[in-house]
Amino acid sequence: MTKRLLSVENLQVSFATRDGENQAVRGVSFHIDAGETVGIVGESGSGKSVTAKAVMSLITPPGRITAGNIRFRGGSLTGLSEKEWRSLRGNRIAMVFQDPMTSLNPVKKIGQQLTEVIRRHRGLNKEAAFAEAAKLLRQVGIQQPEQRLKQYPHEFSGGMRQRVMIAMALSCQPELLIADEPTTALDATIQAQILDLFKELKENSETAIALITHDLGVVAQVCTRVIVMYGGLIMEEGTVEDIFYRPQHPYTQGLLRSIPKRGGGSRERLIPIEGTPPDLLDPPPGCPFMERCPHAFGRCSERPPVVEHAAGHRSMCWLAEGTQNQAAAYAEGRTSGE
Amino acid sequence: MNRSKWKNVKDELFANGLGVAAVLILTVFTLGAVFAFLSGYDPNAMDAMARLTPPGAGHWFGTDDYGRDYLARALYGGRISLLVGFASMIVATGIGVTIGVISGYFGGWLDNLLMRMLDVVLSIPSFLILLLLSVYLKPSVGNIIIIIALLMWMNVARVVRAETMTIKEREYVLYAKASGQSASGIIWRHILPGLVPVIIVGATNNIASAIMMESSLSFLGFGVQPPNATWGSMLNSAQGYIAQAPYLALFPGLLILLTVLSFNVLGDILRVGFEPKLTRR
Amino acid sequence: MRQLIVRRLLQTLPMLFFVSVVCFTMIKLAPGDPVLSFVTPNMHADDIERIRHNLGLDKPAYIQYFIWLKEMAKGNFGYSLVNHQPVLGQILERLPATAGLMGSAIALAVMLAVPLGLIAGANRNRWADKLINFISYVGISIPLFWLAILLIYLFAIKLHLLPSMGMRTIGVESAADVLKHGILPCSVLAFGFLAGYVRYIRSSTIGQLKEEYVQIQYAFGSKKSTILFRHVMKHVLLPVITLLGMSMGDLVAGAIVTETVFSWPGIGSLGMTAVKGMDYPVIMGITLFSSLMLIFGNMAADILYSFVDPRIKLKG
Repeated sequence: MTKRLLSVENLQVSFATRDGENQAVRGVSFHIDAGETVGIVGESGSGKSVTAKAVMSLITPPGRITAGNIRFRGGSLTGLSEKEWRSLRGNRIAMVFQDPMTSLNPVKKIGQQLTEVIRRHRGLNKEAAFAEAAKLLRQVGIQQPEQRLKQYPHEFSGGMRQRVMIAMALSCQPELLIADEPTTALDATIQAQILDLFKELKENSETAIALITHDLGVVAQVCTRVIVMYGGLIMEEGTVEDIFYRPQHPYTQGLLRSIPKRGGGSRERLIPIEGTPPDLLDPPPGCPFMERCPHAFGRCSERPPVVEHAAGHRSMCWLAEGTQNQAAAYAEGRTSGE
Repeated sequence: MNRSKWKNVKDELFANGLGVAAVLILTVFTLGAVFAFLSGYDPNAMDAMARLTPPGAGHWFGTDDYGRDYLARALYGGRISLLVGFASMIVATGIGVTIGVISGYFGGWLDNLLMRMLDVVLSIPSFLILLLLSVYLKPSVGNIIIIIALLMWMNVARVVRAETMTIKEREYVLYAKASGQSASGIIWRHILPGLVPVIIVGATNNIASAIMMESSLSFLGFGVQPPNATWGSMLNSAQGYIAQAPYLALFPGLLILLTVLSFNVLGDILRVGFEPKLTRR
Repeated sequence: MRQLIVRRLLQTLPMLFFVSVVCFTMIKLAPGDPVLSFVTPNMHADDIERIRHNLGLDKPAYIQYFIWLKEMAKGNFGYSLVNHQPVLGQILERLPATAGLMGSAIALAVMLAVPLGLIAGANRNRWADKLINFISYVGISIPLFWLAILLIYLFAIKLHLLPSMGMRTIGVESAADVLKHGILPCSVLAFGFLAGYVRYIRSSTIGQLKEEYVQIQYAFGSKKSTILFRHVMKHVLLPVITLLGMSMGDLVAGAIVTETVFSWPGIGSLGMTAVKGMDYPVIMGITLFSSLMLIFGNMAADILYSFVDPRIKLKG
């Protein structure tokens, strides 16, 4: 039995807009265990980044958490004071963001920005913090760290900046690292390097990683478990094997068809999912994927139940309701039919 | 300019307590200046018996060192101050819009030349020019209006030029050009209507600075000449009686402050209202 | 870097040319005989004729312009019509009083404006912002000479705390005395500068707070005040350099009103006296001098900016 690190129950987040409440996250429950690497996958607007921000309590007005409970190491995070949050953020829970070009303060040296975090959370003096910063940079693969620390962000490439951000996130050996699309803004080759860094991190440290991405390929390389989000809800959740070889939800199946398989050859046709995501200002009461789902039927206009197919493999779909065998048979039929 | 922009301005005005106050203040002051004769006193009638009477029932603002009713002088002074403010704004806006539109629409060497000219004018400290010109020219109300206008057109020209350059790239202007409309026709029909918001905002702020300049000039003794009063020249003479009659300094200064403040507040409200994406509360 | 300085210097050349032409034209247009501005009381008539010839007043206007320019470059701004002293000498003699007053006023304004602007920007639309915003509205709308009169009434006439006139008490030679005389004029000028600076800093703070790196600082456990004073402040301070450059022109002209009210013996009151006495050479000298200050002030600010902002350094 692994230790439960983070558990999120029925999280709901909405943003007040001029046209009404945008219900970005509409009741999301999941957990992350110590040391594991979980992928949170979804299109833009699926609520994955908002969920991550909510875990860090970084939702600012007009956004607010309307319901739900978040527990970290068993203790509830809801109702923590701003001061208690500050001692948590960057220290026990750290985050890496999407765009390394705008993540760092352009008028402060890298060293200043890194040591500031180290000194704040670890109480080191200036010299010790600088040495620690250099060690961290080396760890994330930056050469000549002592010189690099004296440079400004614009003297670093995008990939290098993302390495700096990762170093900064790792500086206090967090128990949970949330990476929000950490490779999306980078070139393909740099993406691969950063992913390797995450793989290395997964192997060599105790840190649990929540990797948020729209790219199932990234998930396949790094993660052990996957959460698939759509329309502010979790559609399916399971191990990488569950999701890639036994996908239960039509949305997951659609996503899998729309990514190029490695070594799939040129004959393979990618099938994009038709249609657009639901309007979260006025979300459908039932399954958010109904409009785009090839298997939609009458009951889909009611909120589907969460069905457990195997230990830890769940999906939210009417098709999966009833005997699990039926659902499994259906899935079998779909995959063999291709 | 469409109706929703005006609605935005209206919303912005009423959402902001300062805005309502500004409109009220300016309305009262304008009415006071127009109907100045209702004060019942001749602003230039001296009364040796009533010198430096403090504010009271007979003279609400008291009397000055010649025994003249200070309220009447303030109202007639406001007439000149507001007149100079409005008139300079109109002249300055005229010059600024003309130069800005020509510069922005035609571009090229003409734009370069006009903008360099503008840089030079801006690089000579404006208040010094103001003093200089008021020495060369006779300090009549007309001359003061022209002098102040000559110092204010630059800001209007800048914003109008920038705005013209954006508008002229819009589809409907390109279409009008392609269909062979003359430059003056395009400017008149397509460019100028689009410039209305920036012109109104610039004009409002310009009234504020014109009134301020006129006051400073009159305060230094280079503005409108006695016996006519403006708020600035009233402050100039009040300086000498500051110990005996501080109210002489209080009223005109307060009037300048409230007027300029109101125009500045209105200018900002108009800017925010016309440009809803700029600031939303 | 050097390239940048050279380019910036070259940009100022046409400006200098135009400004000098404007000044020269105004001198030519001035009523009276320009020779008079070079005449000292003990000169003979043939001396005057010689000067007229030396000045090239018998030659065409453009040659006169170049002769005038050459004299200016040598530091000969002509002589006052009133007291026959060299103009440049008088300006330089008055410069310390004005520079001291303006310098301390600008310093005071910046010191107050930076925290006020940051606080207003960080608390946008809350009461602190509304209060600061209202104060800065008043600051840009209040006639400074009126503020000066009010302060004189309160501190000099009613409370007898501070002197209201001049820079020194007659017969007293101490820095403390000068400081005491400087408090009121300095406060008035500072209030005038303050309002503009606060509005500028407030809006750039609001802009910076929307930047992603600020959001990310929260994710690393930074306090709001740390973010504001360690991260945002540096961004906000950089453009203040440009503001200071623009204030250089006010160094002379902006002080006219305040110096006059407080009888502060600076360039402003020199200019005021000159205007009243129709002393054209002095007026022209001051105009040219303050234009030069403005042009070079802006240039210096641009160059300084590129030294301080790390992002420009690399490109230059």
